[in-house]
Amino acid sequence: MTAVLSRRDLLRAGGALVVGFALPRPSPAQAAMAKTVDATELDGFLAISPDGSVTVYCGKVDLGQGLRIAIPQMAAEELGLGVERITLIEGDTALTPDQGPTAGSTGIAKGGVQIRQAAATARQALIRLAAARFDVPEDGLDIVDGDVRSLSGEGPSLGIGDLVGEHGFGLKLDPKAPLRSPASYKVVGKPLPRPDVPAKVTGRHTYVHDFRLPGMLHGKVIRPPAVGASLLGVDESALKAFKGVRIVRIKDFLGVVAASEWDALRAADALKATWSQTENLIGHEAVRDAMKAGPFVGEDIVVSKGDAATALADPDVAVLKAEYYWPVQSHASMGPSCAVADVKSDSATLWTASQATHRFRPAYAAMLGLPVDMVRLIYLDGSGCYGMNGHDDACADAALLSKAVGKPVRVQWSREDELGWDPKGPPQLLALEATPMEGGVVAGWRTEMWLPKATAGLPNVPLLAAQAAGIDQPMGLVTGLITQNGDPPYGVAAVQVKVNWLADAPLRPSNIRAPGKIANSFAVEGFFDELCNQAKVDGLITRLQMLKDLRGIIVLSRAASLIGWKPRPSPNPESDGVGRGVAYVHYKHSETYVAVAMEVSVDRDSGKVAVRRVACAHDCGLVINPDALRLQIEGAIIQTLSRTLLEEVTFDTKAVTSTDWASYPILGFADIPDITVDLINQPNQPPMGGGEAAATPIPAALANAIFDACGARVRTVPITPERVKAALAEADAKDKLG
Amino acid sequence: MPTKAAVNKKAAAGIALAVNGQKRTVAGDPNRPLLYVLRNDLGLTGAKFGCGKGQCGACSVLMNNEAVRSCQVTLAQAAGKSITTLEGLGDIKTPHPVQAAFIAEQAAQCGYCANGMVMATVALLARTPEPSLDEAKQALAGNLCRCGTHRRILRAVMRASGRAQP
Repeated sequence: MTAVLSRRDLLRAGGALVVGFALPRPSPAQAAMAKTVDATELDGFLAISPDGSVTVYCGKVDLGQGLRIAIPQMAAEELGLGVERITLIEGDTALTPDQGPTAGSTGIAKGGVQIRQAAATARQALIRLAAARFDVPEDGLDIVDGDVRSLSGEGPSLGIGDLVGEHGFGLKLDPKAPLRSPASYKVVGKPLPRPDVPAKVTGRHTYVHDFRLPGMLHGKVIRPPAVGASLLGVDESALKAFKGVRIVRIKDFLGVVAASEWDALRAADALKATWSQTENLIGHEAVRDAMKAGPFVGEDIVVSKGDAATALADPDVAVLKAEYYWPVQSHASMGPSCAVADVKSDSATLWTASQATHRFRPAYAAMLGLPVDMVRLIYLDGSGCYGMNGHDDACADAALLSKAVGKPVRVQWSREDELGWDPKGPPQLLALEATPMEGGVVAGWRTEMWLPKATAGLPNVPLLAAQAAGIDQPMGLVTGLITQNGDPPYGVAAVQVKVNWLADAPLRPSNIRAPGKIANSFAVEGFFDELCNQAKVDGLITRLQMLKDLRGIIVLSRAASLIGWKPRPSPNPESDGVGRGVAYVHYKHSETYVAVAMEVSVDRDSGKVAVRRVACAHDCGLVINPDALRLQIEGAIIQTLSRTLLEEVTFDTKAVTSTDWASYPILGFADIPDITVDLINQPNQPPMGGGEAAATPIPAALANAIFDACGARVRTVPITPERVKAALAEADAKDKLG
Repeated sequence: MPTKAAVNKKAAAGIALAVNGQKRTVAGDPNRPLLYVLRNDLGLTGAKFGCGKGQCGACSVLMNNEAVRSCQVTLAQAAGKSITTLEGLGDIKTPHPVQAAFIAEQAAQCGYCANGMVMATVALLARTPEPSLDEAKQALAGNLCRCGTHRRILRAVMRASGRAQP
């Protein structure tokens, strides 16, 4: 039976899908017939119920970053009503238009802006409908508190729910529908509380981990002891002790399915699998050297301004050179990934915490041998992911197991699975050279990068389950846009940025927060400070003198003044082990402006770094929700301090060895600094991303502050006490040589 | 210590414990972690699975008013004990004062660690009603957060103790 649901049924079902525990499950076909997801259609994004409540269908998802309030604020503002009237449906492929993955800090800048335009289109249409009903001109009408009425307050009024019928608007999204003036904003810009926090802190929020279906089984996939190992044999005799446990084996994909999670775990432990002796990895200690050795698949000049080669070849100048390295890192989500799949012979529904439900839909369809339109992905919150962690792989695991057993299956990864098998942030090696700074001028600059080459047009990160099962999928590397911000923003006359593209990555890569830009900024802003140090000039003042962009100058000045910056060359002549550093980024040279100033202390004997204060001045254009934005920025700062000070994925020739919180430590409460966030709202500028840009200048500001504190220049992350001590010894040796 | 056979015999009849003030009897493997009992047998999903090693705190519950890692406590060990989960503290309409403080400070991003943070705070305030900021940091030191919500969480702890914000 494939009864078509009415639009109102669907609204109800859609609402329940987000909040319910035992959820109704319209089949993908039913949903597809009932609701357009066409991003050019107003009805794709927005529906108005007879009671005047509004449902917004959003292709982007809330991963903890606050879209769940910010996007309703943008829609509510244009519609002239309060956010409490809006229900947001996120990332359901049957209900939401494809707005691209929730990545690259594009949630507001692209997703929110598109929905704002839909709301503006709706407002225009509602006013038109009311004008016709009232037989008055449109330009005297507006929507106030959900009613269309005259601006003067006189005359008739009509609720928006009375203006749109069962069939929706039936209009194209109008890219020219007028937006409200920022000067009139009532909802945008307010620090409204996020609607999910009460449920999250009282145990009532349904994460994908908490989602259950009737008749659902629990699955556990047994991953090999070495990346790429083949499954040679399975001894099932130990499973006799477990009632009703089923083994699923498809080539090298091995899993068990049981009625209870505990049985699935114990059965997976008891199963004796024999794997090939495989050593496909090079070990983390060999990565840096291997990056220069190749093999390479090409090179690109990504920035070319003036003649850097000639400037750097001048025999009369001593070119300064340095090399910076960023290691492989994990997304290190607090909760190991989880998913629930219900695969039937003709359709599949997948509950997933994916950042990219629409993008992965064809991949799952291909893996399951189903038409794309018969596969539905429904987003449910996961543990924060900051790029593609294991969520999509867990979903593939659940899908394959469900298909094999013909029942809904939930897969919960372990801590070892998550840290061991999530796709990793790729390593980055950068060599920089520049002519010395003279009178505030740098004549030539060159950045050379060694990076794993993202495979052009690869639709998604290749999935572990499909790979193990020998199911065809497009193979290759996904890394994000990792070459950006490799050039200094300070008006250097001649700049070249060259990338050497590596054919492979040491571990399967994916995008990780602010892909590439964090390491690039670490190198570029660190090296710029090296030029300032050599010239014995203040890093802040020099940046301000060389910067041509007023918004950049403003963030730099404000961040530095927040920590009481006193201009002088580094290192700190008082040598009391306390120093300050600054770094700046204009994200992707086209988006958010961020400057970070930081105060640290360094213990010369132990090499231990303590971050005391961080000040961040942040200009992402129009601010939608300052409270949620502040929290995003604080989070980005703390997480990036953690990545800079502590984090490197370790692995031997077989597999990842940093698979728990002892071997992959992250920053804890003891080391959280004082943080000041200074938001520069620009109501007449477009809204842009918050988190990624804030993360980007952190490592360089930290390294610059360490240099100021003790004269040690650390160019390798993580900045461990050992590396600080080694850099101190190097600095001391240099001093002695004079 | 009871023999394994004795534990199993007891388990067949079910193990009794009090959860959020209600007497519950749970059958099945007495050696399985309390976390799985709460989440799967009793439908209380406030406690989260984070590491299964007692390293992160996401699975914390109160056992006889002490915060414990429910991934490290077996059902047998919880026999006869009084367990309070995040759901048992309060709900959305009537949150526990600590939960209310977390809401007021918006002290969650993804929120996966929030269970452990709230539980650790409740346990802290029970023994030290007016902790210093350092005491709060120390009490939460074993609870990990990846989103970087630490400062909001500390503000929530101080708010719940009725004092000035850090």
